[in-house]
Amino acid sequence: MLDDFFIRALVAGVGVALTAGPLGCFVVWRRMAYFGDTMAHSALLGVALSLFFEVNLLLSVFGVSVLVSAVLLLLQRRQSLSADALLGILSHSALAIGLVLVAFMTWVRIDLIAFLFGDILAVTPSDIALIWGGGAVVVAAIIWLWRPLVASTVSEDVAEAEGMNPARTKLFFMLLMALVIAIAMKIVGIMLITSLLIIPAATARRFSASPEWMAVFASLIGAAAVVGGLFGSLTYDTPSGPTIVVAALLLFVVSLIPAFGRTTRERPANKGVQG
Amino acid sequence: MLMTSRASSAPKKQAGEAETLVSLENAGIRRDGRWLVRGVDFSIARGEVVTLIGPNGAGKSTTAKMAIGVLKADEGTVIRSKALRIGYVPQKLAIDWTMPLSVRRLMTLTGPLKEAEITLALEATGIPHLIGAEVRHLSGGEFQRALLARAIARKPDLMVLDEPVQGVDFAGESALYDLIRTIRNSTGCGILMISHDLHMVMAGTDTVICLNGHVCCRGTPEVVSQSSDYMKLFGGNARSLAVYNHHHDHTHLPDGRVRHADGSITEHCHPDDGHHHDDAAHDHANDHTHGDHHHGHDHAHPHPVTEREGHRHA
Repeated sequence: MLDDFFIRALVAGVGVALTAGPLGCFVVWRRMAYFGDTMAHSALLGVALSLFFEVNLLLSVFGVSVLVSAVLLLLQRRQSLSADALLGILSHSALAIGLVLVAFMTWVRIDLIAFLFGDILAVTPSDIALIWGGGAVVVAAIIWLWRPLVASTVSEDVAEAEGMNPARTKLFFMLLMALVIAIAMKIVGIMLITSLLIIPAATARRFSASPEWMAVFASLIGAAAVVGGLFGSLTYDTPSGPTIVVAALLLFVVSLIPAFGRTTRERPANKGVQG
Repeated sequence: MLMTSRASSAPKKQAGEAETLVSLENAGIRRDGRWLVRGVDFSIARGEVVTLIGPNGAGKSTTAKMAIGVLKADEGTVIRSKALRIGYVPQKLAIDWTMPLSVRRLMTLTGPLKEAEITLALEATGIPHLIGAEVRHLSGGEFQRALLARAIARKPDLMVLDEPVQGVDFAGESALYDLIRTIRNSTGCGILMISHDLHMVMAGTDTVICLNGHVCCRGTPEVVSQSSDYMKLFGGNARSLAVYNHHHDHTHLPDGRVRHADGSITEHCHPDDGHHHDDAAHDHANDHTHGDHHHGHDHAHPHPVTEREGHRHA
């Protein structure tokens, strides 16, 4: 039953989930879900460019994601449009340009669906090496940057005033996001990467007493979703990427059941009245 | 203009040697072609309390952020002493509820602390019982106390407090201002404060800087509260809030001498002799020690008022 490809898929998927957990927490805390989506969508542009110029796929996706997020930050600084509208423009144009470019390149045959929705069952050993290697780099960087990351998430001003460098922290954060998108693309696909970042983190919120625990739980919940999703996809013969996301969603829904939450007891009377 | 002989700050001021922590020279911040503040000049020395006052939009928070380097000055210079350790309580701090942040974790936001240091600071601000509480469950006043405790626990060289007591109940307010003063006295840190509470400003501040896009007037609280710029800015409010506009608890005797509320009689009525705030009727028997008596004078006038902490007259 457990063929080689399935084991590989499990190992690769769990690796991606463990990496995405802590990063996903920051995406949730910093309200950057749409931002992550934009970076992920721009990955298709990266795919197209990589095919066109025949450069390494991973590098191309990483580069384009970084570029798009840099453009976004620059545009935000000018404050001519709301961040929301800018994200909408960049997100969908990056995706559309990618699709158009791919269509132009009639000489290459690419499995668009695999890029959009993932192809975890086609994971190769070298992919696994990449995922676990890259994932180790991401997790190590997050641990190293943990305090400034949390501090600048709470308040950039306080972090800056008290000797940190939130601008640099943010830059590192972008690079880590781009890296995770590049390595996760094959697992859940461009359209669904953000869900693997956000849903486990949101699920972990209910059980977590501190930012640190939330990051750990998000990793574990993500891994559980990958395992559950892969078995589900095998059982019901459904596409693996979307099934993983559905599994994550199910875990999230279960976490909403009041009996499971640790914060139920200390829910405040009414902050508005007190404050 | 310069009243250098006030008891509390006299040694420092006269020596003129207290280490300057931050100094701004002709500093300004420009956004979208508009100067938010411009031509700001002041410095904060170790052990000095500088308070920024001014109407909404006067650039108080902007100036504070410029002083600590959160905003870069678009003109002029801002010089901070090397390795300056800052404790900052911002005016607004919205913590996304999705982050599970306890008060204990908030305390170590920008640097590690020993458990004892955390407890001590929370005790000082009156919320030791909330150490394990989630930040998002705190009331506005409790949250301010936690933020203040965080800044204190860092043992900073310079504390920057942007409306530190907003949302704090009345009794708590004066206790916290007291605490701020105590910390200044015990640690010798400099304090840059933004406050709307003119009572407190006048009581616990060495230098008041009145901002309205630029520095309108500055000096000791006594000087500022009498300046015409200040009166213009604060108008009616100044009348009700400022140091000198409140109940007079002294009587001019027919012979020109002045009898004060406590029964003492002096030869002259100094501008602020014997003046008290509306809280003159406060029950002084209870243990509050806040210096809300605004005798701006340093001369030994004959009030039999015993020395209190924060009480500035000699």
